[in-house]
Amino acid sequence: MPIIDTKKCDGCGLCVGVCHLNALAIVNNIITIIETVECDWCADCELVCPTGAISCPFEIILQEP
Amino acid sequence: MAVQLEFLKGILYFSALDLAELESISKLVFEKTAGRAEMVLLEGEPPENLYFVASGVVKVLKTSAEGKEQILSIVRPGESFNDVPIFDGGPNPVSAQAMGPVLLYGIKKNDMEDILRDHPQIALNVIRVLARRVRHLVSLVEDLSFKHVISRVAKILFEHIGGETGRGPRLTQQEMAAMAGTAREVVGRSLKALEEEGAIKVDRHRIIITDKKALQKIMEVSS
Repeated sequence: MPIIDTKKCDGCGLCVGVCHLNALAIVNNIITIIETVECDWCADCELVCPTGAISCPFEIILQEP
Repeated sequence: MAVQLEFLKGILYFSALDLAELESISKLVFEKTAGRAEMVLLEGEPPENLYFVASGVVKVLKTSAEGKEQILSIVRPGESFNDVPIFDGGPNPVSAQAMGPVLLYGIKKNDMEDILRDHPQIALNVIRVLARRVRHLVSLVEDLSFKHVISRVAKILFEHIGGETGRGPRLTQQEMAAMAGTAREVVGRSLKALEEEGAIKVDRHRIIITDKKALQKIMEVSS
């Protein structure tokens, strides 16, 4: 799931609006993830976050022939 | 619902105006809502309205004939879009799409011209907004024209392959952008291009290098 830096999150909620799977919610003014929904890693939340509080890092794997 | 004067005051365009002036301008502002993925502006159409995002996020983009998308900017609450054709009168140079539910405040082109005539003190701030936009676009032009970003991104992926036993460092698109000396928007497009070349496959949070030789070949393009 996306990683949220609670120190950077200012609870603006822009990520909640852009998440097409409704996987994000604001609880106590901080963005949290509803874990029952599978995130498809579109990374739109990371893109719109104005404080850089959300990151969607990729693991890079080599597929052996 | 009446347009909130406090919101208008927070927009750079109108920050130099007092409440009475904002009150008169607010009468010319209309609301427009859009749902996720809805196009709120289409490239090539005649300019009709200047928009300010009141809530939600809008992405400003250009689409190629083949359907490839290049994001030019992300517009957040308090920021404007469609300024350029409103002032030069040409067709919309870009499209704009709601990234989720959005509320926009719009001002018709002719009304905006009247506002500028009646309140010339806002001109300096309008120029500031346009100047910032030019600076941002010049930077994007540099990235797209002069840098072989795809080969740099290919190199970054190659250098960050996770080992057999442990995981390699995981990278966000923002981190790849910083490493490649480019904008995050350009990295997104580069990853799509590498996928189309068959060198990688993006599978949720994994970037799988499916053709190492193809990736190496792309890396060899001078950067």
